Amino acid sequence: MMPEHPAAPGSAPEVRAADPESAAWLAALTSTGPPREQALARLHEMLVRVARGEARRRAGQLRITGPELDDLAHQAAADAMMAIIGKLAQFRGDSRFTTWAYKFVMFEISAKVGRHYWRYPDVSMDAGDWDRLPDRLGGGPADEAQGRDLLAALRTAVSERLTERQRRVFVAIVLNGVPLDALVAELGTSRGAIYKVLFDARRTLRAELAANGYLDHGTVRQT
Amino acid sequence: MTGWPGLDRFLHTDPRDVGCDEAMAALHVYADLVAADAGAGLRYPGVAAHLRACGPCGADFEGLLAAIGGPDLTD
Repeated sequence: MMPEHPAAPGSAPEVRAADPESAAWLAALTSTGPPREQALARLHEMLVRVARGEARRRAGQLRITGPELDDLAHQAAADAMMAIIGKLAQFRGDSRFTTWAYKFVMFEISAKVGRHYWRYPDVSMDAGDWDRLPDRLGGGPADEAQGRDLLAALRTAVSERLTERQRRVFVAIVLNGVPLDALVAELGTSRGAIYKVLFDARRTLRAELAANGYLDHGTVRQT
Repeated sequence: MTGWPGLDRFLHTDPRDVGCDEAMAALHVYADLVAADAGAGLRYPGVAAHLRACGPCGADFEGLLAAIGGPDLTD
């Protein structure tokens, strides 16, 4: 994976002064007394509204409704508020303040959705369900015999070419359908770490299958 | 092609993909650019590649875009 720093010259906009509305938010939140209290209350109200909307949008994943869903939204808003206040000095004015602030709501909702998954887990972490792989990936093999050969080659590659951690992540996410954020919560790691493990596993598997003539080496999708 | 499009898509990796940490660090900037139709994908090709490939980060992006009133990308 290639690094792409947000402020890299020529590839991203330069950091600029905050727009007037964002500047007003910063001024109020870094002030003292009633102006700060009013800004905090207004921001909290906005975060709750956004969290409710996002919780409703993801209600299918959560399998909860009503007061429980609303409670989760309030918790996410409160946790986002803590993160925003703690990281206020890191806001660089390269977006609207509210966009930056709402980002933390998304992170908190995602983390809560991931943790919530384990309240009603319907899979094992270790037993891989290979028969369901075509359904999991969508767009199954066009030819049944060819598909069987490819599946066997993939199983061998997973068994022989992946590291133990790569295999565990592959089995959980790809074979058993555990959401990535749920695995993050279960293993106590970060989304980026799990994604990197799976990214490397995918690359290894493609190279192995290509070396054995099952598919091409193409690595760049032209879009 | 493998004759198994789903597997082919899954095993495809884009070398421009910056990963979750960097994509999440720039997500607010990227979302504002998308909302303003200001060439987000051209300015941040690595973030765009990541959001196409990573379901959880893609979901965060769609949620953020919905929150700021940007275009609906769910279709």
